[in-house]
Amino acid sequence: MEAVKQQQAPVARAINIESIHRGNKVNLADEKTCIEVKDFNLYYGDKQALHGINMTIPKNRVTAFIGPSGCGKSTLLRCFNRMNDLIDSVRVEGEMLLEGDNLNAPSVNVADLRRQVGMVFQKPNPFPKSIYENVAYGLRLQGVNDRLTLDSVVEKSLKGAALWDEVKDRLQESAMGMSGGQQQRLVIARAIAIEPEVLLLDEPASALDPLSTLKIEELIYELKDKYTIVIVTHNMQQAARVSDYTAFMYMGELIEFGATDELFTNPSKKQTEDYITGRYG
Amino acid sequence: MATNSSVHISQQFEAELQDIRSQVLAMAGLVEKQVADALQALFTGDVDLASQVIEQDTQVNNFEMKIDEECTQILALRQPTASDLRLIVAILKTITDLERIGDEANIIARKALNLSDQDRPKKSYRELATLGKHVCEMLRDALDAFARFDAKAALRVAAEDKSVDEEYDSILRQLITYMMEDPRNISHVLDLIWSARSLERIGDHAKNVCEYVIYLVEGKDVRHLSVDKIEKVLQAKNS
Repeated sequence: MEAVKQQQAPVARAINIESIHRGNKVNLADEKTCIEVKDFNLYYGDKQALHGINMTIPKNRVTAFIGPSGCGKSTLLRCFNRMNDLIDSVRVEGEMLLEGDNLNAPSVNVADLRRQVGMVFQKPNPFPKSIYENVAYGLRLQGVNDRLTLDSVVEKSLKGAALWDEVKDRLQESAMGMSGGQQQRLVIARAIAIEPEVLLLDEPASALDPLSTLKIEELIYELKDKYTIVIVTHNMQQAARVSDYTAFMYMGELIEFGATDELFTNPSKKQTEDYITGRYG
Repeated sequence: MATNSSVHISQQFEAELQDIRSQVLAMAGLVEKQVADALQALFTGDVDLASQVIEQDTQVNNFEMKIDEECTQILALRQPTASDLRLIVAILKTITDLERIGDEANIIARKALNLSDQDRPKKSYRELATLGKHVCEMLRDALDAFARFDAKAALRVAAEDKSVDEEYDSILRQLITYMMEDPRNISHVLDLIWSARSLERIGDHAKNVCEYVIYLVEGKDVRHLSVDKIEKVLQAKNS
């Protein structure tokens, strides 16, 4: 046996065969729950936009919502940090639990909730301030003004958003002079500066060129160690590339939710199949 | 799911998939004929037919390369998902097996050329003819299952491989006794053994095609499983 091992090529010895066979399959049953949605309905006035949604968003994983325009994926995403509160006619039913606590409970402080659940939008929205102040903004709001603390958080966040090397020499320049891709990563840096638990990304790369898109996707992959990420995207290949789990929504209903590799190779519902292969329903 | 009745929004993609499927079926038809002709040549000593089978190999190879290239293009340009993806993967694998079946037919045709000027003792050919018929049927049914995306039929055909293997073993035993009876037989009996071996391999390739059909239709990888286990996997999936 030893003699055989000796003869193996160095490359073959370096490969861990067991880990190859184990693969990197994910299984919803093995995950910790971050957000749990139970029989959730949402109405814009008389019109019902979400119908009886039940799902669990696993912790420290990337979950993608896909579906045609108007299917309710952004609406559902905005519920996770109660952005829909800003719309008067919205009414919700059912429960939405973040780490076990109902986030729609009257006792919940919405500002605190949004600190826990950060959000990045389709169009980069840096503030008309310096790069440094954009990232430090959330901390300053919390009353942190200590220069050393701010410096270290800004550096850490910009590194976390894979932007540090590009901007470290021009932190005091206006954020408005950055490229779209850089602005979007700056916004992500701003979101992670206050160390949220969940990051909601609403079409984060749809206004970016392919290379900036890849950088954002790479960033998402790196961020999932620390954060639970929920991403809404029209780009199905993007959902397939970045997410561990995918939810397909249609007409306000959750049609199918499961591991991304399974959903994209062998979906169980015909509607999902038709949508991801680009067919008439 | 694989036999998706809905139509693609992209008509062109739909047309490309249709086109690639018909090419695979054309290739399959050619290979099937090669096998039948090679056997015919073996049993009748028809030298022209055997040469024709050997010449057709180039056509089969060209089919393989062309379909390969078109599948690569679809993967790169269309990024297919779900049943479309499984169709492309199944086609890529199927054409490899089809090409190998063509190679086996080639081997049989070459043996037919070797044996064309020899006597044809009925007893050594009878069982080979039965095996040949069996394998041809299996191949036809496998390709039929592929054409119809019929996983149930594919499973039935895959189960046939076992009896093909058993027939091959019994032919082998029989031919060995002929060699022991008279060493002058060795040369031509070896050619028959090679032919039987090729038929047995064709059965294996047909079984592979059936497994791809099951993957394509059901989305389950059933390679290297016994037929009983495949049945269980499919039952578990569809229950």
